[in-house]
Amino acid sequence: MGNVTEQVLQQIVNGLSLGSIYALVALGYTMVYGIIKLINFAHGDVMMVGAYAGWFATTTLHLSFIPALLIAMVVSAILGVLIERIAYKPLRNATRIASLITAIGVSFFLEYGGMLVVSPQMRTYPPVFPDTIWNVGGIIIKYGDIVMILTSIILMILLHVIVKYSKIGKAMRAVSFDNEAALLMGINVNNTISATFAIGSALAAAAGVLMGVYFNTINPLMGIIPGLKAFVAAVLGGIGIIPGAMVGGFFLGLTESFVSGLGASTWRDAVAFLILILVLIIKPSGLFGKNIREKV
Amino acid sequence: MGKRINRQSVVTLLGVLLVYAIVQGSILMDILPPFIALTLIQVCIFIILSTSLNLINGITGQFSIGHAGFMAIGAYMAAIVVVKFQGPLMLALLAGALVSALAGFLIGLPTLRLKGDYLAIATLGFGEIVRIIFLNMEYVGGASGFSVPKTITWTWAFWLMVISVIIIRNFIYSTHGRACISIRENEIAADVMGINTTKYKIMAFTIGAFFAGLAGGIYANYLYIIQPLTFSFLKSFDILVMVVLGGLGSLTGSILGAVVMTVVSAALSGWPEWRLVITAILLIVMMIFRPKGLLGTKEFSLSFLGKKGEKNASSKD
Repeated sequence: MGNVTEQVLQQIVNGLSLGSIYALVALGYTMVYGIIKLINFAHGDVMMVGAYAGWFATTTLHLSFIPALLIAMVVSAILGVLIERIAYKPLRNATRIASLITAIGVSFFLEYGGMLVVSPQMRTYPPVFPDTIWNVGGIIIKYGDIVMILTSIILMILLHVIVKYSKIGKAMRAVSFDNEAALLMGINVNNTISATFAIGSALAAAAGVLMGVYFNTINPLMGIIPGLKAFVAAVLGGIGIIPGAMVGGFFLGLTESFVSGLGASTWRDAVAFLILILVLIIKPSGLFGKNIREKV
Repeated sequence: MGKRINRQSVVTLLGVLLVYAIVQGSILMDILPPFIALTLIQVCIFIILSTSLNLINGITGQFSIGHAGFMAIGAYMAAIVVVKFQGPLMLALLAGALVSALAGFLIGLPTLRLKGDYLAIATLGFGEIVRIIFLNMEYVGGASGFSVPKTITWTWAFWLMVISVIIIRNFIYSTHGRACISIRENEIAADVMGINTTKYKIMAFTIGAFFAGLAGGIYANYLYIIQPLTFSFLKSFDILVMVVLGGLGSLTGSILGAVVMTVVSAALSGWPEWRLVITAILLIVMMIFRPKGLLGTKEFSLSFLGKKGEKNASSKD
């Protein structure tokens, strides 16, 4: 019996680490969807670019974890703004399908363009953390677990403060509530959207660096599956709702580690997508979403 | 009017026969390089896939990006019939297509309540689930793949493609097809006009899945081996790119898109990264400057020949 409890607690630790990555990426998805109603398929690949920026900073520039994290966040924020300005802005009034296809195009471009630039081979992240492992009553907690969970919680609190209290955060909420009314109130909608992309991409970059550090290897296609799963997390929590993305991310991370813990790790991805389809069918507005009746 | 359509059908039929005869002739004379033969059969497979996806995405205005999932079901079902039960090829292809249509029907029932982005993501999830199920099935070889004897010839692939396109074309121009178009144009208005939108959406989805399954069966019986990885969402995106490039809602556009993309990717097969980077740039530029695709909802037709014919006819009078 004690063994089972140990197993469960161990999977909770693993799940929280994994979940914090999903939550960070899901935040970007949800913020972008909230403000321009676009599923930014390229978001997972922005995370990949962030991971590479962090790798470059730690290997070539020999920086420690926090400066590398900051560099990666800045690089990805710039990339996010560029993507929005070049690819999405001309399509702001186009059909949903057109913007979704563009997002898929941007995603391909980053993945395979990335392959051309950094070569398809895997890169190993240098060990930036000590290999300290704590054994708390049979549960193994790695130094990386602590850093991962702490970093993501700090970033989430920071995001919450920005969205809730800063001027740009208020503008973001206004634009996402009603684009045109916000414009009439003198809010610079274009800059607000750019800021949203910058913040979302920076969070994705942080997730990318954490992922590289935690799993040691990165490659140009690393963003696809976590990107899709983070999207699942965002939908699960109710897309467009920031606390929903956090809860959805942690929920998905925990579910996945329990599925793996039960010895069915090859089914892990299927479970994530099954959750997605079930949520979409049962409650498409997500756990925290309100049902909005469509008007004719 | 009747005369014009007749003339056009005759010209099209002659064109189709000519293409078949040229390729079949060069195969018989053994002057066709195998790489080109492979590309031509792939063109046929992708034409079936893109026209059937166009029925869902372009004609009915739904947004599915799980077409590779249906293709996978058809491919594996056809392979099981051929390998495990020693069934004839025709039966295998039919079984694959029917099971895929059934899956389309079952998936369509709940997911078609969803709209736009949500439907897209749900179908993407469905496609991935199908792939993971086959990946975990030892009965069909799991990740290492499932070997199938090669029985598809150019004749099979070509005529199955022609038949599929004709059926899809006739569906689009039937009452049902027009109902589907009305859903695309305005679902609420279509509903108000008394069209059973759910029924037609599921019908389009099922027919689309049927032909995707057929294409999968052809694929499985041509390429010696099928692996779950082949049917990942990248394949769905490939098909989507063809449809979008040719024009959502244009059948000839889908055919054009399938031919262009298959030939381009065959030509760039030595540089797979460049192929996808070019596809990506093409897609983005296309969406920004011509979001309707090359042909939009128009059909490429030989009507200019028809008009000439009419003129001749009237001048004779």
